[in-house]
Amino acid sequence: MTTSDVTITEAGTPADRPLLEIRDLAITFNTSNGEVKAVRNAHLTIMPGETVAIVGESGSGKSTTALAAIGLLPGNGRVSGGQILLDGEDISHAPEKRMIELRGNTIGMVPQDPMSNLNPVWKIGYQVKETLQANGRPSGPEDIAKVLSEAGLPDSHRRAKQYPHEFSGGMRQRALIAIGLSCQPRLLIADEPTSALDVTVQRQILDHLEGMTSELGTAVLLITHDLGLAAERADKVVVMYRGQVVESGPSLELLQNPQHPYTKRLVESAPSLASRRIQVAKEQGVEAADLLAPAAVARAADNVLQIQDLRKVYKLRQGLGKSSDFAAVDGVSFDVLRGTTTAIVGESGSGKSTVAKMVLQLEKPTDGKILFDGVDTSLLKPSELFKFRRRVQPIFQDPYGSLDPMYNIFRTIEEPLRVHKIGNKASREKKVRELLDQVALPQSTMQRYPNELSGGQRQRVAIARALALDPEVIICDEAVSALDVLVQAQVLNLLADLQSNLGLTYLFITHDLAVVRQIADHVCVMEKGRLVETGSTDDVFDAPQQEYTQALLNAIPGAKLMLPPEVA
Amino acid sequence: MKSNQDTTHFVAPIEETPLLATDAVKTDQAPLSLWADAWRKLRRRPLFIVSAVMILVILVVAFFPGLFTQTAPNDNCQLANSDGAPSAGHPFGFTFQGCDVYARVIYGTQASVMVGVFAVIGVLIIGVTLGALAGFYGGWVDSVIARLGDIFFALPLVLGALVVTQLPFFRENKSVWTVIMIIVLLAWPQMARLTRGAVIEVRNADFITAARSLGVSRIQSLIKHVLPNALAPIIVLATMELGVFIVLEATLSFLGIGLPGSIMSWGNDISAAQSSIRTNPAVLLYPAAALSITVLSFIMLGDALRDALDPKSRQR
Amino acid sequence: MIQFILRRLLQVIPVFLGTTLLVYFMVFALPGDPIRALFGDRPPSEAVIAALRQQYNLDQPFWVQYGLFLKNLFTFNLGVDFTGQPIAATLGRVFPVTVMLAIEALVIQAVFGIGFGLIAGLRKGKIFDSSVLLASLVVIAIPIFVLGFVLQLVFGVYLGWAKPTVGTDVSWSTLLLPAFALALVSFAYVLRLTRASVIENSTADYVRTATAKGLSRPRVVMAHILRNSMIPVVTYLGASLGGLMGGAIVTEGIFNVPGVGQKLYQAILRSEGPTVVAIVSVLVLVFVIANLLVDLLYAWLDPRIRYEK
Repeated sequence: MTTSDVTITEAGTPADRPLLEIRDLAITFNTSNGEVKAVRNAHLTIMPGETVAIVGESGSGKSTTALAAIGLLPGNGRVSGGQILLDGEDISHAPEKRMIELRGNTIGMVPQDPMSNLNPVWKIGYQVKETLQANGRPSGPEDIAKVLSEAGLPDSHRRAKQYPHEFSGGMRQRALIAIGLSCQPRLLIADEPTSALDVTVQRQILDHLEGMTSELGTAVLLITHDLGLAAERADKVVVMYRGQVVESGPSLELLQNPQHPYTKRLVESAPSLASRRIQVAKEQGVEAADLLAPAAVARAADNVLQIQDLRKVYKLRQGLGKSSDFAAVDGVSFDVLRGTTTAIVGESGSGKSTVAKMVLQLEKPTDGKILFDGVDTSLLKPSELFKFRRRVQPIFQDPYGSLDPMYNIFRTIEEPLRVHKIGNKASREKKVRELLDQVALPQSTMQRYPNELSGGQRQRVAIARALALDPEVIICDEAVSALDVLVQAQVLNLLADLQSNLGLTYLFITHDLAVVRQIADHVCVMEKGRLVETGSTDDVFDAPQQEYTQALLNAIPGAKLMLPPEVA
Repeated sequence: MKSNQDTTHFVAPIEETPLLATDAVKTDQAPLSLWADAWRKLRRRPLFIVSAVMILVILVVAFFPGLFTQTAPNDNCQLANSDGAPSAGHPFGFTFQGCDVYARVIYGTQASVMVGVFAVIGVLIIGVTLGALAGFYGGWVDSVIARLGDIFFALPLVLGALVVTQLPFFRENKSVWTVIMIIVLLAWPQMARLTRGAVIEVRNADFITAARSLGVSRIQSLIKHVLPNALAPIIVLATMELGVFIVLEATLSFLGIGLPGSIMSWGNDISAAQSSIRTNPAVLLYPAAALSITVLSFIMLGDALRDALDPKSRQR
Repeated sequence: MIQFILRRLLQVIPVFLGTTLLVYFMVFALPGDPIRALFGDRPPSEAVIAALRQQYNLDQPFWVQYGLFLKNLFTFNLGVDFTGQPIAATLGRVFPVTVMLAIEALVIQAVFGIGFGLIAGLRKGKIFDSSVLLASLVVIAIPIFVLGFVLQLVFGVYLGWAKPTVGTDVSWSTLLLPAFALALVSFAYVLRLTRASVIENSTADYVRTATAKGLSRPRVVMAHILRNSMIPVVTYLGASLGGLMGGAIVTEGIFNVPGVGQKLYQAILRSEGPTVVAIVSVLVLVFVIANLLVDLLYAWLDPRIRYEK
């Protein structure tokens, strides 16, 4: 029944009528603190076959707007104004029955997190089958296999009989794309479809999605936080900020000529578009050539950390007493120069975080040495290890998880001082105040609890705590990966300032090459536990020697847009 | 051909979409710790207010029964009053033995509350200690404690209590304390399991790793960081178990293997009322109501606490 | 899957051995004459005592005693009771009655618990939800023997809809009232667990994706929300069997149902320690096996479990 509907409307659609038009959309949520307007005056237009991206930080209303278009607002949300026109039909308050007709058939969706969007108790094939059935399409085993193989899943007959947990993240995302496009919808809503995946996988999947949608003539509404990715993939970009559309227009036009101050800041700080290391104010007079030799700032050839042939082997249990060895880190050697930033880059499973844990003396290496200031750390006695902890401090990825929710900010930052019995109560309080100043947080923050702070503020608190003991080396384990772009830029700037003021050495663990470019002097690229390439940041970025490094660099969204003069 | 396509470059008026500071610290509200936040939520919940008031009243009755009745519960039992109807000064009527039902209900409170409170304290001491050690250290400590818990778990509470009460020691020394010991012996694994789970959940949090890299020792991080964060579900379960243990005591007394007949308790009274249930149901219903209301109060309190302490309901 | 079953079997054996050892140790390894101690101040005839001594092999070392006890348990050689009757024969007679009662109670608590829990969970915060929640607290708070008496009084005596006591007339319909009383113990927990589970799963990403695929609401509820919510509920139903057994003692006593619980209750009243221990051991065995079956059901419901290493 729906099929005929679609054909009729399709036939009646002039090529120049928008497929989806959102006019003055307002969305309100009922919360315990009263009504909250999540979206105001949102508007966008998608022509048939066109790709439009909504860009914004978390809480900007970008996903909410997209969910409204498919009638999937959470229970406490509703459209409180404006229109959502699908092919001329206002669906903003359409009855549920009509929405069920449209979903799958006319509007498809590819959700964000491949881990949580497939039902763990049903086979992949079944989850495709029920989609086909619900939309009145043939759903035999052949049809299911065809849908899966078109999304790039080889051996699809066998795959259809497997459960989601037998799939890798990239494969699950392909399955979700297969489901989203299985009924050949005219509009596909792709909500951060690849943000949970490694960059190289991300690129493959986005390429495949682009190929499929252009073949089917499907229009795509792409939701993303990454301006580079949006500009690379979409014809038009809509920038949302705090529930409002602040700017929209053709992708390149918007990138080259941003008008709204928010867009300007976004373009400036988008890591994938930045091509230079952050320059600290007092170094700004210095020639770029000097930046390549930061050793000039520090004492010559002073390797504060020397990693020599490091190995970490885990035993994997294989049931019933059997086990096999798995080398998470395999023969890694590199030096870290005092006062500089060395980045370890790699995708998930590369062993980069294991290296960080071993440097922090939280895991024991199976083999190899870590020399700190020339001393083998494996030989440290407990009392020496305690002193070592004062000199090497970590900052972790998740700003929600790295602060004890029961401690207020004062206690959090004071804890290292108390543990190491430094000063008395008054001097400790003075130190905490100084530290808050250093990380640019108001002193009134002291009495607050972590849940009252934003992600960026928490990461500043984590930095203050790490600085409390005046360490020499700070290990940043994905320290900015969970933050919104603008906040990320602020925290990176703060880290750069602190480095130049305090002479800190950073070991920066990240999956994000764009961030590396902004902060690191030296890069170590890791793949599957091995070091594949090391060198100065500029050398590695300008002339990568290894295929894997090249693939990583190419996979940075917006990498091709990094050359402003030619584009202009 | 794309003439009608929307290719205009739109910019929102800046006055309507001003840039806000990315990171402003709230200064308008008082700081909120987890407990302060929970208290703020609890204060507004009728379920909490009602249960807290009822529990206060029950505690006062348990400790000062003399405040509520002038009738001594056992002295004035006269067979002449057997199964007597309510009369002035005796609002609930009389038992088969001619004792004042109201006075017995009031004086029966103490035994139930004592069993509940002390059994929960015992379960907390054993269960939380073993559970926390198992969850935090893992390895063989965990295996031993888990297997031990499994063994007790396979013994349903009432059945286990049946066997234990057959032991000469418990049979000859029947008292409030033996009942408490039996309950603690059989009920600790549930608390240990819950604590273990909560501790494991917290143990892997980044702030524990951060504390360890600050030089905090393992045992210190368990006491100062892990346990306080694992406390909420423990408190909820303990409150609920207080009610459950009171029911268990009454059930055992009802079966004749709980408190000795000489101790006044609701379970014993209900058990004694069986014979006259058809002729004088009041003798059964009043102690039963007192028992149910007490248990309900604790279970309601636990329910209210669960909602208030639920980390999911906290803003991030 | 086979590996999973094997592993679970291997885990069950030590638990069963440990539990029976615990029971046996408490009763028979303590100082003094356990047989006389078990009967307290009402010693039975010498003939019965002699039979019991033989049954429990008290002249053998402890481990041999325990081994023979296990052997006897598995061969249903359970000894004799106070009057010299073999316990196994009595159990064989009363066991089917209790199984009927338990099945009926389990079905009642599952159907009503899951049904009400599902509706309440789908209507979170509405009037139906709040009233069901409050009612469930009240049901949890009222002890089973009070509920039993009240049901007996109201439906059996005042309204006369059912026979207040069962006696020898055992059938599905006469057992309905005691089964209802028995089911109420765990019914409220099943309801609350289902509700919580439904609420959690309703907001799961895969449920939103299922809706986005164009599935109808009933289909989303049944195939995704309810299906996934069953996983913890089934585990709880298994564990609730323990409570059901304890409850059966009380309910069978109140409603005069000639089942295992009543035999146990009578044995307690008559201070027949050995009979109590024998019946409890059998029930523990049943409980452990039932939970093993529930675990297998769990693995069937949740494919992730099957593939764990």
